[in-house]
Order: sequence, then structure tokens, then C-alpha cells
Amino acid sequence: MTSLVYINGEHGLVKSAFEAVTYAKKLGGDVIVVSSGKSADLGKLGEYGATKVLVDSSLEKIDAQQVTRLVAAAAEQVGAEVIVFSHDLVAKAVAPRLSVRLKAGLVSGATSLPDTANGFSVKVNVFSGKAFGSVSVKTAKKIISLLPNSIQPELNGSACPVEEFAGHAGEASIKILEVKIPEGNIPLPEAELVVSAGRGLKGPENWGMVEDLAKALGAATACSRPVADIGWRPHHEHVGQTGVAIRPNLYIAAGISGAIQHLAGVNGSKVIVVINTDAEAPFFKAADYGVLGDAFEVLPKLTEAVKKFKASH
Amino acid sequence: MHNKNHKIILKSHGENSFLLLSLCLLLENVHKMKILVCISKSPDTTSKIAFTDGNTKFDENGVQYIVNPYDEWYALVRALEIKETSGGTVTIITVGTAADEAIIRKALAIGADDAVRIDAEPTDAYFTAGQIAKYAKDNSFDLILTGKETINYNGSQVGGMIAEDLDLPFVSLAVKMDVDGSTLKMEQEIVGGIQVVEANLPLVVSCAKGMAEQRIPNMRGIMAARTKPLTVIAATPEEAFTAYESYVLPEAKKACKMIDPNNMDELVELLHSEAKVI
Ligand SMILES: Cc1cc2nc3c(=O)[nH]c(=O)nc-3n(C[C@H](O)[C@H](O)[C@H](O)COP(=O)(O)OP(=O)(O)OC[C@H]3O[C@@H](n4cnc5c(N)ncnc54)[C@H](O)[C@@H]3O)c2cc1C
Ligand SMILES: Nc1ncnc2c1ncn2[C@@H]1O[C@H](COP(=O)(O)O)[C@@H](O)[C@H]1O
Repeated sequence: MTSLVYINGEHGLVKSAFEAVTYAKKLGGDVIVVSSGKSADLGKLGEYGATKVLVDSSLEKIDAQQVTRLVAAAAEQVGAEVIVFSHDLVAKAVAPRLSVRLKAGLVSGATSLPDTANGFSVKVNVFSGKAFGSVSVKTAKKIISLLPNSIQPELNGSACPVEEFAGHAGEASIKILEVKIPEGNIPLPEAELVVSAGRGLKGPENWGMVEDLAKALGAATACSRPVADIGWRPHHEHVGQTGVAIRPNLYIAAGISGAIQHLAGVNGSKVIVVINTDAEAPFFKAADYGVLGDAFEVLPKLTEAVKKFKASH
Repeated sequence: MHNKNHKIILKSHGENSFLLLSLCLLLENVHKMKILVCISKSPDTTSKIAFTDGNTKFDENGVQYIVNPYDEWYALVRALEIKETSGGTVTIITVGTAADEAIIRKALAIGADDAVRIDAEPTDAYFTAGQIAKYAKDNSFDLILTGKETINYNGSQVGGMIAEDLDLPFVSLAVKMDVDGSTLKMEQEIVGGIQVVEANLPLVVSCAKGMAEQRIPNMRGIMAARTKPLTVIAATPEEAFTAYESYVLPEAKKACKMIDPNNMDELVELLHSEAKVI
């Protein structure tokens, strides 16, 4: 069996790429990677189990139709039975197109390896993280879009060859005019540690405390929906049922009540810490560690404690 | 110069502005779009999630259905705004059973012109997209809008599949959309930020937060919705690619450990040695 993993190599390799290759390796059989763009040492993917990387290094700023053509051509060339994506914003645009093109059933947001005891079924997040479903795929070819942070990357081999695979992407039909990626930003879905705050912080001028803690931890920042709605924080930080769904190792929530729609986007987090002045706040029911106190006092103290810890470890 | 004058007239006439708007459109040769908005139902966001029949079926007992928030707040409202400034039509489409007509009427009450229901249980995204693509092919639309994802199955699949079926470009997760004749300039979410793109009609776009502001239907809209056309079309036979076999609920959380707010060193120590996350 051969699996193909798609990776966007335009902006260097990120952890989710290692996760996707590790996942494909665990499926058994050969793992080939196809990449659009080349800004990094793609051969490194061999260390996680890839035997070869195909890359069209001329491609940058390409649209979903071009990626679809590229991956479809690679899938045909290597005879891939399973195609693996990391469930990011590129995959959300490309994997559905590829599913129709290759007549391959698509599992979005997979959180486990397939169960092949009785067909081929994969566990996914459903109802915005409030439950898991088991999806069976009935087609011969299969596409799996893996939720970030679902599997630990594992070293499994050594650097592999990288081959040029040009001329398959075709023309773009969408023109990219500008890309705006803030410097030093950890994309939320990738982040292992997240510090988040809500209306309890009273105003945007108080976010320094949140950022200080995030910086001390090396965490990304997030917020509740009303906070993004009033414009205290940018929209892309809004987590929850109608915002970004995240599942970091640690989620620290200060001044957030823990409404069901908020929990829907964060209850996949491994460990939740809640800081709130109200003992009745529903978030405490979903928390592992609770601090009943004023965020304005607790956050700076926690930041100091983290700095002290980091200095001594 | 011309355009400016029209705008001034428009402002001062209020109620009569519709006639004048039509006139302006003729003069300015604005592209009037035929827009199709894909609407699906989802359980109200406060619904208790439970399963029946040996955990193979979603328990609908006591569940209120709403229009999937992304479809209603962002896709539908942006479509209506475009119609309000440039004319054209907004048709909503849903693949669903007769039980879904309540949510269709809600979307009509917000302001869509007419509705289409493809009469079938939407088994998977491939099946659903195939039905919509077929209808769109037969009725040629300039712009097809979907929501970012359904909040029950969260696949984010249907929009891209419709686009591939119709061989059209697909702009995923658009947060802003400006119309200039038959060219659309959009901002879309990408990993870690936003990108500005431009594409020509016809086009498929999935809509995320930022596109528009939620609208509450008024009494007049609700009354009007009762008599707006709702066409029911038989589904085309098509095999699904995937199926939900069973469900499980996440394990219940252990009781929350309370930490003294004056002892953050203890919290950090627990996060390190007990939870092992830092
Ligand atoms: C269809 C729908 C979808 C939604 N989707 C989302 C979503 O995706 N994400 C989301 O977040 N919300 C969503 N909501 C909104 C959600 O229901 C809540 O209204 C929202 O999460 C509340 O935000 P909050 O906790 O910041 O504010 P509040 O509910 O106002 O809570 C503030 C909290 O801060 C505490 N507090 C006050 N002062 C302090 C202090 N000094 N120190 C510590 N704590 C303090 C209070 O005790 C309170 O618990 C949605 C709602 C609907 C209807
Ligand atoms: N049954 C359906 N009928 C019409 N449109 C749908 C249906 N299911 C999903 N959609 C549309 O496709 C989008 C993405 O859905 P999904 O792929 O299920 O996340 C939704 O936001 C809707 O706009």
C-alpha cells in the first residue's frame, strides 16, 4: 500500500507536517510526500517515515485548484490508496475538491488511525467537539484530513530524496493580491499552549497581562466571541463553536464564563485552567485546575511564577 | 460626476429609492448577480448532544433546529447586501426533508427571494454537493455561497465539492467580499493570517465571520416568507462516499482542583509535574 501526504512547503516545515507523515507511516506501507513550494529542507520528512518527496518548487501563492491538480497527478503517479492532509485552511479548500476529482471518500478532522477490523473507519470530532463520530469510508481511495495535535510526531528513519515534480498544477484562476501574516504569530490551531481571556478583562487596554503570560509560556493568545465582536481583539483569535476550534495541551481561560458555545471550541484541550471571580461560573465544571480570583491579580502572579519556573528548569 | 448625483437623489427620496436604484443600475451597467446560497440546518447551539439506537443516531428528542449560523449570518446576509446595492436575485437551496421547511422559511423571512429544497436525507457531503451542483448546473448562477462549515458535522466539505463538480474556482473562508462588476475582491483566512484575492464570476465562496452582521427577521419579512416560492425537487440517485456508523461522548472530566489564588507557584508546579503540559 502507498500513502501520499500533501504538505505546503512554501513557509517552512511545521509540526503538523511531521504529524501527517507520522500518521501515514502508521498506516503501514510506503509514504510519499507531495509539496507545493520549497522554502525548507523537505528531505527532513524522511526522518518521520517518508521515502520520497515530490515537489513543484516553482509554485508559490497558488490556488486550491492548482494544489488539487498537483496532488491528483502525484496520487496517480505513485498509485496512492490513502491521501493524508493536515486539517488546516489549505486542506479545507483542497481536500473536498480532490475527493470529487478522485472519487475518494473524505474524512475531515480525523483524530485517530483508521480501524480496519471491519472495513475502514476513522474517528472524527463532531458537534463542534461535543462528541466523536466514527466515519466509514466506502470508496477504494480514501482521503484523511488529520486534526492538528491528534498524534505525536515520531522519528522513523533518515532524510529522504527530494525530486522535482513540475508541470502538473496548471493555471491559477484566483489572483492572490496580498498576504498578511503578522510577525511572530503562533497560528492558533497549531499552538500547544493557549492563553485566552473574555469580557471579564473589562477592556482591550488590559490585554497586556494576557500577552505577558502568553509570552512567558510561549503560548498563543485567544479570546471569547463577544471580545472579538466588540473589537477588543482580532476576529482570528475568537475560539468556540462559531470561531476557531482548538485542542492545545494547555488552555488557560481568564474572565471567560464558559458558555456552552465557547466550550464547544476548546473542550478538546488536554488540560484546562480557569481563572474567574465567580465560583458559579460554568467553566469550572469543564476545568482541570481552577483559580477563584481576580484575573487582574492572578494573571501577573501566574506570569511571575512561570518566569521563575522557566529560569530554574 | 453622474454617479455622485444619483447617490444624492437616492438619499433624499427614501421610499422611492427602489425605482431610482433600478434606473441607476441601467445607467451604470452594474452586474446583477444571480446568487445561490446553500443553507443547512443544525441543532440550536445550546442543544444537549446525546445519541440513541446503540449510539448510532443523533437523539433529536427536544432538539430545536436552526439555520446553520455561518449560512445565515454570513452567506445569506452578504448575498442580500449585494442584491440591495446592485440588484439581482438570491435563491436559497437546501438538501433535506420536509421537516427542514421551517428553517427554509426563516431564511426567506430574512430576505431571500425564493427557495429550493432537494428532497432527500443528506447522507454525506459528496451526496449533498452533487445534488446542489446538479441544480446549479441546470440553472446557471453567477455566485454560489456556502457557510464555512456546518456546526454539527464540521466537515467544511460541501463548498469545495460543489466547486470541483462545476469546475469553478473556490474561495474558502472568505471574511470580506467587495463586488466590482463581475470581479470579486475578497479577504480569506489562511494559516496564521489573511490573504487578499481577486476572482471572476462564476465562483463558489464559503463564508466565515466578518462577512456580514447577523440580521433578525422582522414581522413584514416573516409574513412575506409564507408566500414566497419554495420549489421541491426530487433528488438524483447518487451513492454516498462515507457514512457515520456510531458516536461517543467525551469522557466526563474529573473534578476541578482548586488552587489558592496567592499560590501560583503551586499551579505551575502541578502543570509541570502532574499534568505534564509545561
Ligand atoms: C449561536 C451562538 C454561537 C456562539 N458562539 C460562540 C463562540 O464561538 N465562542 C464564544 O466564546 N462565545 C460564543 N457565543 C457566545 C456565548 O454564548 C457567550 O455569550 C460568550 O462566550 C461569553 O463570553 P465571556 O465569557 O467573555 O463573557 P461573559 O459571559 O460576560 O463572562 C465574563 C466572565 O468573566 C468573569 N469575570 C468578571 N470579572 C472578572 C475578573 N476581574 N477576573 C476574573 N474573572 C472575571 C465573570 O464572572 C464571567 O464569568 C455564541 C452564542 C450563540 C448564541
Ligand atoms: N444539506 C445541505 N443543504 C444545503 N447546503 C448544505 C447542506 N449541508 C451543508 N451545506 C452547505 O455547505 C456548507 C459546509 O457544510 P459542511 O461541509 O457540512 O461543513 C454549509 O455551511 C452549508 O452552506
